[in-house]
Amino acid sequence: MTHLDELEAEAIYIFREVAAECERPVMLYSIGKDSSVMLHLALRAFFPEKPPFPLLHIDTGWKFRDMIEFRDRKAAELGLNMLVYKNEEAAARGINPFDHGAAYTDLMKTQALRDALTKHNFTAAFGGGRRDEEKSRAKERVFSFRNENHAWEPKNQRPEMWKLYNTIINKGESIRVFPISNWTEHDIWQYVRREGIDIVPLYFARERPVVRRDGNIIMLDDERIKLRPGESAERLRVRFRTLGCYPLTGGYESDADTLDAVIEETLAAATSERTSRVIDNEAAGSMERRKREGYF
Amino acid sequence: MNGLLKFITCGSVDDGKSTLIGHILYDAKLLYADQEQALILDSQVGSRGGKIDYSLLLDGLMAEREQGITIDVAYRYFTTSARGFIVADTPGHEEYTRNMAVGASFADLAVILVDASRGVLAQTRRHARICALMGIRRFVFAVNKMDLIGFDKAAFDAIELDITRLSAELGLRHVTVIPLSATEGDNVTKQSDRIPWHKGPALLPFLETTDISPDAPEQGFYMPVQRVCRPDSTFRGFQGQIESGNIRVGDAITALPSGEGAIVKSVIIAGREAEAAEKGQPVTLRLDREVDVSRGCVLEKDSGIRVAKSFSASLLWMDDAPLVTGGEYWLKIGSKLLPATVTAIRHKVDVNTGEHVTASALLKNEIALCDVTMARAAAIDAFGAHKTLGELILIDRVSHATSACGVVEGVDTEKSGAVFDDGTRQVALELFDIFYYRPDLHTIVRKSHERIVYRVGDDLPLVCAGYSYPENFDVKLDDAVLKVRRGKFTGFGPREEEVDLLNERGFGLNGNTLEPYEKYRSIAFEDGDFYEI
Repeated sequence: MTHLDELEAEAIYIFREVAAECERPVMLYSIGKDSSVMLHLALRAFFPEKPPFPLLHIDTGWKFRDMIEFRDRKAAELGLNMLVYKNEEAAARGINPFDHGAAYTDLMKTQALRDALTKHNFTAAFGGGRRDEEKSRAKERVFSFRNENHAWEPKNQRPEMWKLYNTIINKGESIRVFPISNWTEHDIWQYVRREGIDIVPLYFARERPVVRRDGNIIMLDDERIKLRPGESAERLRVRFRTLGCYPLTGGYESDADTLDAVIEETLAAATSERTSRVIDNEAAGSMERRKREGYF
Repeated sequence: MNGLLKFITCGSVDDGKSTLIGHILYDAKLLYADQEQALILDSQVGSRGGKIDYSLLLDGLMAEREQGITIDVAYRYFTTSARGFIVADTPGHEEYTRNMAVGASFADLAVILVDASRGVLAQTRRHARICALMGIRRFVFAVNKMDLIGFDKAAFDAIELDITRLSAELGLRHVTVIPLSATEGDNVTKQSDRIPWHKGPALLPFLETTDISPDAPEQGFYMPVQRVCRPDSTFRGFQGQIESGNIRVGDAITALPSGEGAIVKSVIIAGREAEAAEKGQPVTLRLDREVDVSRGCVLEKDSGIRVAKSFSASLLWMDDAPLVTGGEYWLKIGSKLLPATVTAIRHKVDVNTGEHVTASALLKNEIALCDVTMARAAAIDAFGAHKTLGELILIDRVSHATSACGVVEGVDTEKSGAVFDDGTRQVALELFDIFYYRPDLHTIVRKSHERIVYRVGDDLPLVCAGYSYPENFDVKLDDAVLKVRRGKFTGFGPREEEVDLLNERGFGLNGNTLEPYEKYRSIAFEDGDFYEI
């Protein structure tokens, strides 16, 4: 078995454990490449059965249009139960990524996720987090216990030995499960190529309407993003290494328009991928803080 | 390119574990530019007064950086031109021993740091012992901070002698000792000319080239069943990961614990039909006939794996609440989750000296050899024979904490408890166990009946302070019932009278009619769990 085969086997093992032991599992689906890999693994783990749990997308209302189109197409093609949840109350109040910064992330992502999990009484939620992404994630268990407030308690994690996962919880508590914890960005791309996994076109370089803002290249994905004084719209050949809310996701100038070119560029890259997520740079430990508040 | 190496760094507090890994990543140019930038920024407010503090690369939790210690295990992924690595950097404080053990359960090799100015400490010994307990077979002792003792060979030799003694005591077979300095970089990624008397390679080149192939493969084929896949009425497949050997269409397998045989009809590997599959692969197996298999069962071929109810195990206790002997815990072993009782502590192991100490209690961070009895018989084996069926955790039934981890040392196939013998067959049951409530623990505690053989005509202890059985009852066995009439054991046979019907653990089954046997079979399979009483 190759290294990728071993990672695949480990992930499949984890998917099956959750399906067998947890009462109401759900799979978080964020539409990115990691989610595409997760979905592929879930389909494999249970074949010829369909994954015995629904998918859940937390929609902030500010995702790239290409992402939403991809999500709906995949759900239809594969006949999956795709739940979509949005914090409608905050959206109605006009909460947006330009004016509300950290409050936007808290309301539209963290709180929306908590509300969606509570609403459906999900007891276990799969996420595509990887330990190579960020320092607090590097510390997290594969089965990450959350208290009744969905909060992570990093100083008091359950020991996790071998493949013996403790899935026993009380009412109101839940577990976040990360089947691809041990994959690196490199592994993800190699697996996407080997398996021919479909990913959102935004990962490939193309000429796109953008604006340069605070050192990032932000895509003008719809008319809701307004140019500030001194800014001008440009058309640049860009691609994205991670996908999220378009006003918060920086693109890169690139000519990599094929999978091989993307992989080559990724391997040569001198910055790790989360740098392009504006929210992670807000403060040291920001990811940990958000996880303690119930974020993935 | 050599195969992926999973290793851990461990050792006492401030022996420089995080610094060592940080330095490897930094020197080997394995950091992305932005991580490097963050590191330099963090260091300016860190404890080394502006010099790069490599440990900040790994101590990712806010509490860790505030306190300047490692609390939980951190995983780092890096690749050099020679090999891919996953390193688990583990905490040195005794308080966080359980997190160190988490890292050890994951690794093929342990790098144990020893502070050259302090020598082999109790915590060094504890970590080496836990690594060996969790199944690590390859060890590097990195004698760190050689710069603080002026790269003195005689001092190093004395430490190396201690390490050799410790290795002999733990039965470690693959041991390498390397003198180095993690902060200064001597013998970390390249050989240091300040340690000319040491002839072996530096740490990273050693890790890049060391052989990690297993000493011997496990016997036969086995696969713990994770779940039954039933997409429709025509398909019934058993899903799990092959833990050793291989399997192909047409092979005869045995299902445990039922012992039923069947032929493999089809093999699916990760979603694709195949002719055969091997160790490590996630599969779905279909069999040519209906067999009694569910989650927790094991499919095997020529493995010698046995079915047993009790075993001895080395346990590492990890809970603040001490072990309650006689109390019930959830036991997870293989893909099986069932109630189990630690019936006795045979002896504790002194982490420092290795001495066996008699004990009545087992506290956090202590290791002991214990006897464990499960609620039902299951397919298990010694850790050294079939690793996956010899790894276990105990889960507290109230707090749900993972209270202990451990490995099976010996499987006890001799019948214990109340044994009934009619001259032609022997059946061991859990009748006459005493249950009592311990208010201090909020737990019902079970005291097992000692081994006594009852023959036909013997009087039975039907009434005592802890229980009361009726004068007449049947105990449902797989193929017959065991009969008790007027307080005496009268033999085995078909069920003929409307007396109380009990299961093999002494609990009443619904109804006492003469309805067909099948009805009781399903009840007994679902019953079993002690917490339902």
